[in-house]
Amino acid sequence: MKSGLEMEGVTIALEGTALISVTARVPPGEILTVMGPSGSGKSTLLSYVVGAPLPAFDARGAVRLGGRDLSGLGPCARGIGLIFQDDLLFPHMSVGANLAFGLPPTIRGRGRRREAVAAALEDASLAGYARRDPATLSGGQRARVALMRTLLSAPAALLLDEPFSRLDAALRETVRRFTFDTIRDRGLPAVLVTHDAEDARAAGGPVIDPFGQPMDPG
Amino acid sequence: MSGRARARLLPWAPALTIACLLGPVVAGLAGVVAPAFGWYPALGGTEWSLAPWAALADWPGLRTAMRLSVVTALAATAISFGATVLICAAWHGTRTFRAIERLLSPLLSVPHAAAALGLAFLIAPSGWVARAVSPWATGWERPPDVLILGDPWGLSLIAGLVAKEVPFLLLMTLAAMGQIPVRRSVLTAETQGYGRATAWIKTVLPRVYPQIRLPVFAVLAFSASVVDVALILGPTTPAPLAVQVLDWLGDPDLSLRFRAAAGAVLQLALVLACLGAWWAGERIAARVGRAWIWSGGRGRGEPVLKVLSGAAAALSASAVLVGLAGLALWSFAGFWAFPDALPETLSLRTWERQGGGLLERAGVTAGIAIAATAISLLLVLACLEAEERHGIRPGTRALWLLYVPLIVPQATFVTGLQTLAVATGTGGTLAAVVAAHAVFVLPYVFLSLADPFRAWDGRMGLVAASLGAGPDRILWRVRLPMLLRPVLTAAAVGIAVSVGQYLPTLLIGLGRVSTLTTEAVALSSGGDRRLIGLYALAQTALPFAGFALAIAVPNAVFRNRRAMQEAG
Repeated sequence: MKSGLEMEGVTIALEGTALISVTARVPPGEILTVMGPSGSGKSTLLSYVVGAPLPAFDARGAVRLGGRDLSGLGPCARGIGLIFQDDLLFPHMSVGANLAFGLPPTIRGRGRRREAVAAALEDASLAGYARRDPATLSGGQRARVALMRTLLSAPAALLLDEPFSRLDAALRETVRRFTFDTIRDRGLPAVLVTHDAEDARAAGGPVIDPFGQPMDPG
Repeated sequence: MSGRARARLLPWAPALTIACLLGPVVAGLAGVVAPAFGWYPALGGTEWSLAPWAALADWPGLRTAMRLSVVTALAATAISFGATVLICAAWHGTRTFRAIERLLSPLLSVPHAAAALGLAFLIAPSGWVARAVSPWATGWERPPDVLILGDPWGLSLIAGLVAKEVPFLLLMTLAAMGQIPVRRSVLTAETQGYGRATAWIKTVLPRVYPQIRLPVFAVLAFSASVVDVALILGPTTPAPLAVQVLDWLGDPDLSLRFRAAAGAVLQLALVLACLGAWWAGERIAARVGRAWIWSGGRGRGEPVLKVLSGAAAALSASAVLVGLAGLALWSFAGFWAFPDALPETLSLRTWERQGGGLLERAGVTAGIAIAATAISLLLVLACLEAEERHGIRPGTRALWLLYVPLIVPQATFVTGLQTLAVATGTGGTLAAVVAAHAVFVLPYVFLSLADPFRAWDGRMGLVAASLGAGPDRILWRVRLPMLLRPVLTAAAVGIAVSVGQYLPTLLIGLGRVSTLTTEAVALSSGGDRRLIGLYALAQTALPFAGFALAIAVPNAVFRNRRAMQEAG
């Protein structure tokens, strides 16, 4: 059985114009960076991999996770985590409830679920923040909560869509290091979509353009 | 219901909703067209004939009644639309305009009948306006003997309609303006020397109008066939056609029902004729407008326009609000003689004596409103969720379907529905009244909820799904809680619409279902101002409470969630 995330012949076109053409295998703990200018449609690659409907596009190709073909599965059944440039924390829930939303129901019992949430907050240096309103957190704190929420859902792979572009320069460096270190520690295959060469270098993995050609981030 | 059964049913929601909207209209039309041509087996009409039309033509008041309906509709709509345009053009983006915006919700929550009763109290010969200037300015020691309410030209009826339709059209225009870069458009024109109001009319109105066209049509159709406001403010000998139809329907002489049916069909023809006239007016206005744009006129007399439109806004808002205040005062009034501006004593006697009946009717009214709104909300949410999950997207033409029950006059198809309700034995039941209300509540709930529901950030749903949440969990745990405010606002709109319904309650309830509205209108022909005040006030309080809850509940639930607080 092959481990990691595989994309085989994934092509996405809009009204006959090819936007994406990628074949790649991302082993556990590696971050594959797809680099391209904004508006080049590279985010649709992540939508396709995560299983979101793309009604306007012509998309095809196989996606496999740990050797299992994911075609036909919706986003809730793929076990792939997704991080956007906006943290997209649910604004009506507390920080703790946001994290608990991601926690699988297999972790039973109020006490055990609270412990899991508290531990995740501690990992993100946010111990004691469970009851806080997400809107009162700083940008960097929110980004870390979003990452922990995704990780708590125990994904088998991670997709990151320009995850640091809304953060100011000083924060970007710390959040980036935290994110990438966590991915490598947990041995998750990850795909990062970005237009920022700095992101690509820090990811430390292979860098390709939307048509699968290797790139040098410079 | 199991999740799977629900999943199978959901794709049918749009079809079911359309059936709920159009079914009653089509059935009602059939139920009125048949008797209009003599077919009414229950009353012995088993042969097709033109006799009902001959009977209608023989009625001496016909031409006046028709004229009243058409003139009222066109005048009320033109004045309301004109005032709306001028208010927006002259005042948009100012502090005053924000104040007007804040006044809209309370004004919209006042039912038509209550607003009409309030206005009636202001302008009647013995009303507050006459009292305010008597006897020192007029010398009147007794109410003057002049016909103001029910004037033969329908002027007070038109005034009553305008006072209620301006806030509605303003709300619709505001919603449409939200999708247009108004500030930039006006600023660009202003830098080229155009006046502010002229700039708005030339650059914004042409883009806003297509979006408020259906609401304008609804106002036109409503004004042409309104019954409750006409009963309170309109002329009586003869009355506008719709009132006359209702009169014939309630007559003990059952043979008059054939004439009533013919009148109801004629009512539909009148509404269509009014729509045709408006459509022709649109063409002319567009041509004149284009010539005006080409001429490059920068706008003259804008200060006058500003003052006039501001006065119009203030006058129509205060007519409703002050009128209601007057009614409230009447309900607590002890002895209050003409021409005193205020009652000599205040007492709770009216409330104590009538409180029981009032509470009972308030309960019935609220029950009907809540049931009709719940049904509508369920169907609308199912439609919008089906759109989300199954991609069943209505086209622009589907929007027309929503407006069908608002444009086909109630006086026409509800008359036919009554025939069917009687024939099937469902007439007079609460369930039938709830179903009839839902036909009118549903479009407003849909219009109110669709935009916020669709504007919800779909990435939230994608993130939730990638965290392992299925579609049901996303809907109940993420989307609906986040949309709590618009959902409750839509519910409040639905309740306000239901509370205001007069004709469907009366006709489908066969007079047996008594609500605050049917009672308030019934009281209006009597002279007991204390009782009228009581009912008009209660009729207003119910929708107002709905809107207040729609604001208070989310504020309480989300008091610790800054991002969920209302912006501004």
